[in-house]
Amino acid sequence: MAEGQTLQVGFETQGQAVVVSPQGEIGYSEATVFRTWLRKAHDSKSPRIVVDLAKVDYMNTPGVATLVESLQISKRNKTRLILAGMNEKVFAIFKIARLDTVFEIAPTLADALAKQ
Amino acid sequence: MTHPTLKPDAHIRVELLSNPTYTSGMKDLVHAVAKRLGFAELDCGHIALAVDEALCNIMTHGYEQRMDQPIWLSLWPLDPDGGKPGIKIVIEDRAKQIEPEKIRGRELQDVKPGGLGVHVIREVMDEVVYEKRDGGGMRLTMIKHSPAHCAGGPVVGGKGCHG
Repeated sequence: MAEGQTLQVGFETQGQAVVVSPQGEIGYSEATVFRTWLRKAHDSKSPRIVVDLAKVDYMNTPGVATLVESLQISKRNKTRLILAGMNEKVFAIFKIARLDTVFEIAPTLADALAKQ
Repeated sequence: MTHPTLKPDAHIRVELLSNPTYTSGMKDLVHAVAKRLGFAELDCGHIALAVDEALCNIMTHGYEQRMDQPIWLSLWPLDPDGGKPGIKIVIEDRAKQIEPEKIRGRELQDVKPGGLGVHVIREVMDEVVYEKRDGGGMRLTMIKHSPAHCAGGPVVGGKGCHG
């Protein structure tokens, strides 16, 4: 882990979905690590990628930008990207950036996996 | 001796290097101070986010990811004796100067990575002013008023009090 980075990222396959589960803060320093795991998820060619943000207590715009980049890759690959479990503070930055309607968002990981 | 860039009357003055390792600590410091000054939790989070975004912008765009350059943060409580919270934060650097009117976030309809930091700062703070510093670098002044201070006050930049 590089100096200053506190992000840990879980990565697993659940059925047809790949679940990426970051834990901690996603700020300037951690966005690069986060991007690496999201790229790995896209490389898996799974039809559904769920990013479980339940254990992310803070995100700034470099973190959001990483997810926007991931959304663009999803659209290119015709795969589905779902953000799950955002707390109020993290959701607020998506609202401020008016991205809350751009992403597919589910209240929980279970909801994201159950989505038709 | 006071460093010439640090404001002598500021209640908090910090000099840090342009190393991303320190942004989280600065964010937490400002959050804690805002809380002590009486801001609600949501506002504390917004003020801390604005500082974090400002530091990220300086490190990324101003100093182009060089990690050994100076950044100065000064903080004042507004109306400290009046019992109503307000906060003024000034962040200065010695990075390349750009015209303040050119500092703007991207159009939000244009969904792409990056360009969101300035938009977020203007959205969450009541007053936001970018200036060129004498002798090089930029100065960002951000003010957040408590709701009690918002009636009829001047708004220099940012979204104003009730947005």
